[in-house]
Amino acid sequence: MDTRTDGSKPIETDNDLLRFITCGSVDDGKSTLIGRLLHDSKQIFEDQMSALEKDSVRHGTTGEDIDFALLVDGLEAEREQGITIDVAYRFFATPRRSFIVADTPGHEQYTRNMATGASNAELAVILIDARKGVLVQTKRHSFICSLLGVKHVVVAVNKIDLVDYSQEVFDRIVADYTSFAAQLGFKTVMPIPLSARYGENVVERSAKMPWYKGPSIIEYLEGVDVRSDELSKAFRFQVQWVNRPNLDFRGYAGTVASGRINKGDAVVVAASGRATKVEDIVTYDGSLEHAEAGDAVTITLADEVDIARGDILVEPKARPEVSDQFAAHIIWMNDEQLLPGRSYLIRIGTKTVPATITTIKHKIDVNTQEHLAATTLHLNDIAFVNVSTSVPVAFDPYAENRKTGSFIIIDRFKNQTVGAGMVDFGLRRGTNIHWQPLLIGKAERAGLKHQKPVILWFTGLSGSGKSTIANIVEQALNLTSHHTMLLDGDNVRHGLNRDLGFTEVDRVENIRRVGEVSKLMVDSGLIVLCSFISPYRTDRQMVRALVDEAEFLEVFVDTPVEDCIKRDPKGLYAKAKAGQLKNFTGIDAPYEAPEQPEIHLETVGKTPAQLAKQILDYLVEHKIIGLSGEPLALAPEWFRGSDI
Amino acid sequence: MNFMTAAANKSGSKEPLPAHLKRLEAESIEIMREVVAEFRNPVMLYSIGKDSSVMLHLAIKAFYPSPLPFPLLHVDTTWKFREMIKFRDEEAKRLGLNLIVHINEEGIAAGVNPFASGSSVHTHVMKTEGLKQALDKYQFDAAFGGARRDEEKSRAKERIFSFRSKAHAWDPRNQRPELWNLFNTRIRQGESIRVFPISNWTELDVWTYVQLENIPVVPLYFSKKRPVVERSGTLLMVDDDRMPLEPGEKPQMRRVRFRTLGCYPLTGAIESNADNLDDIVAEMKTAQVSERQGRLIDSDESASMEKKKREGYF
Repeated sequence: MDTRTDGSKPIETDNDLLRFITCGSVDDGKSTLIGRLLHDSKQIFEDQMSALEKDSVRHGTTGEDIDFALLVDGLEAEREQGITIDVAYRFFATPRRSFIVADTPGHEQYTRNMATGASNAELAVILIDARKGVLVQTKRHSFICSLLGVKHVVVAVNKIDLVDYSQEVFDRIVADYTSFAAQLGFKTVMPIPLSARYGENVVERSAKMPWYKGPSIIEYLEGVDVRSDELSKAFRFQVQWVNRPNLDFRGYAGTVASGRINKGDAVVVAASGRATKVEDIVTYDGSLEHAEAGDAVTITLADEVDIARGDILVEPKARPEVSDQFAAHIIWMNDEQLLPGRSYLIRIGTKTVPATITTIKHKIDVNTQEHLAATTLHLNDIAFVNVSTSVPVAFDPYAENRKTGSFIIIDRFKNQTVGAGMVDFGLRRGTNIHWQPLLIGKAERAGLKHQKPVILWFTGLSGSGKSTIANIVEQALNLTSHHTMLLDGDNVRHGLNRDLGFTEVDRVENIRRVGEVSKLMVDSGLIVLCSFISPYRTDRQMVRALVDEAEFLEVFVDTPVEDCIKRDPKGLYAKAKAGQLKNFTGIDAPYEAPEQPEIHLETVGKTPAQLAKQILDYLVEHKIIGLSGEPLALAPEWFRGSDI
Repeated sequence: MNFMTAAANKSGSKEPLPAHLKRLEAESIEIMREVVAEFRNPVMLYSIGKDSSVMLHLAIKAFYPSPLPFPLLHVDTTWKFREMIKFRDEEAKRLGLNLIVHINEEGIAAGVNPFASGSSVHTHVMKTEGLKQALDKYQFDAAFGGARRDEEKSRAKERIFSFRSKAHAWDPRNQRPELWNLFNTRIRQGESIRVFPISNWTELDVWTYVQLENIPVVPLYFSKKRPVVERSGTLLMVDDDRMPLEPGEKPQMRRVRFRTLGCYPLTGAIESNADNLDDIVAEMKTAQVSERQGRLIDSDESASMEKKKREGYF
């Protein structure tokens, strides 16, 4: 760690762009500092200034003075509350450099926003109130920046005017910070004493602190060298889009994530290992001899190789890891908790794949960095986890490459971005457990049985009639010489899933195990009837994704909750209403009805047998049964009977 | 591939872009390619101004040698400067663009105009409602806009991929977190995304880029003697005879130009002698007022841009 307090000359740069994040709370004067940077670098125009003067009188907290914080607090709601609630981006430029500032709030509940701002930042300005010194929040901000791979830090010791421009105070804070930050892996830490309110050490070096020999904050930001070793890293090119204007041209459009590539260089497709050569590097401004990190180009290759969006072109001698399991740090960003075992989508590079968090190894206390045990994650939690993807993906550890080691987690139904992750390392068991090839497949096994293997997944409220109908269907199938198996929610919980309860986490695991068992049974050629409340859409989707298309038939047993309560065959609704049963679907836990079930059974006014017939008709119509040519002999007595 | 040779000539002995503009350019190109790779039916909102010109230029670069893989949409309020419309049609022809022009005919039928209805109603009906009509009519699932975060406070928090509900509404309290360059492009049927590829550009970046890349812009940006009237401190150009003059009011010829372009009755001119790009960039660097000051629609009411955006304005 290079702590520059001696005012050593910063390195010259070619009017480049610096992206930095400011961390601190309103109380540290963060917005004031940004307002001051914009103002003193002449980025505030007269009309904005006169609006600011008006606003300062109405909302300001600085008495007669102009409240620079109001310049940057954008949205109506936050102006009223006096806090920033999201990430805002500010822009200013000096003759030497252009700056993009990510302005994020410092309160604990906004870990999410700070991570967002830090994800693209090359440097962090961490504000410390000179009167308060290094606080818990200082440590939190520094930890998040470090986690997100920010390598350069400015420690802005603000409000130095309020401690009489004291060198002693400043030195003590610097010593505190330096000892704490030693473990965070920053490359440079630059402490600067300043007063944002009075502009001391903001643009001009302050005359009030003759003991400080270093640069003003603007001077430092203008000169600091953050151009990390992106260029010397291994070549990575994430294919975004296949450019195919005509039969003679096939180019792969994307941005060079790291390293450098020359015309004629050998490359391989990371996932498939196919090798070829770069034929040309095409841009609108002409063809290039070489391209480097940050360049958006279109690459043409010497051979016809099967490449699509999501593939990564890499150099043959420095390949990324390819695995379907890896360990990663993730930040949870949604009000709905993370459930291990649930199926999410992750987007890594330009590839989007189904994935699950298989294990939460530990949660990290963002204030103390202590490791805590956890079974789920809530909004703003940070954890170290194992991730399993449905197909192998190529990645580098985030610490080595931000572009190929980062991913976001997306809810499959709400499409919300629910988390963000940074890959630590691939898990060997992912790379070493291979599929044992089998000579006989499910088609052969099912062929003997004159049927197509499917899962009939009965979902619906407790008491809706799932098991009753499933039993009749199975009986009919059995009598017509079909090979079946029925997995029933209650029965499975006596054996395979006896260790599971009814919390959201356990319900997901319950369905996951049943899904895996059903998949094996489908492989053995059976028609599998599953009767489970399975209230969450995501979890039914997870089972659907385990088998081939058309092998999962969702049967929605649609009985209104009032009818289920009236029937209450097991007396469970009565118990739930009396508060003796918690998390009971339909009472105090939600049921997410299927949106497009293959078979929709509206039970009210129909007999179980009629409903069973509806299913059997579907199976015949879709050529799942009745393949032997003999007509199905369905006994008429099955279709009588009372309401379910 | 002979079209490559033709391309190589095009660049000529152009001045190389400064490092920061090169980075901004690459970022914008990456964003545009994301949209084309992930969406079924994207469109580019084309407002004819300098930001649209830059955005269009970037798009041509992004997909080269393919032609633009989406159409352009101009929501015409029928009150744009005549020179804007002329420029729009010439550009469309020169570049062989698929340009859709949409006018809110219901608004026309209802007699909405900036003088009788006021700027707020006119903008809402002819721009915001007109835009929603067009997006619904053509079922676009992604729409590029040329907004920049430095323009206005509520824009500073806008995402690059900004989610819109089926009703085209923006919910600033519930935006998707946006990390790295990993954009979440997933939507359901009927929902859409507004995409702002030049979010991180400043007004000065735009002009510098226009200059270095020789991008054509509407001549109204350059100073010229134009007929104007002064109303409550704002210089308005009398672009056609639909503009009602107050008693005793007489258009004067003054050397003016525009920093932003919109509906002529709502767009203030500035007095300036800058009639070329060098002078404009020089003027920019010493400018005392922000570009949006010339926009009458922003000062209607406090936080007016945020309100418009929630309703579906770009």
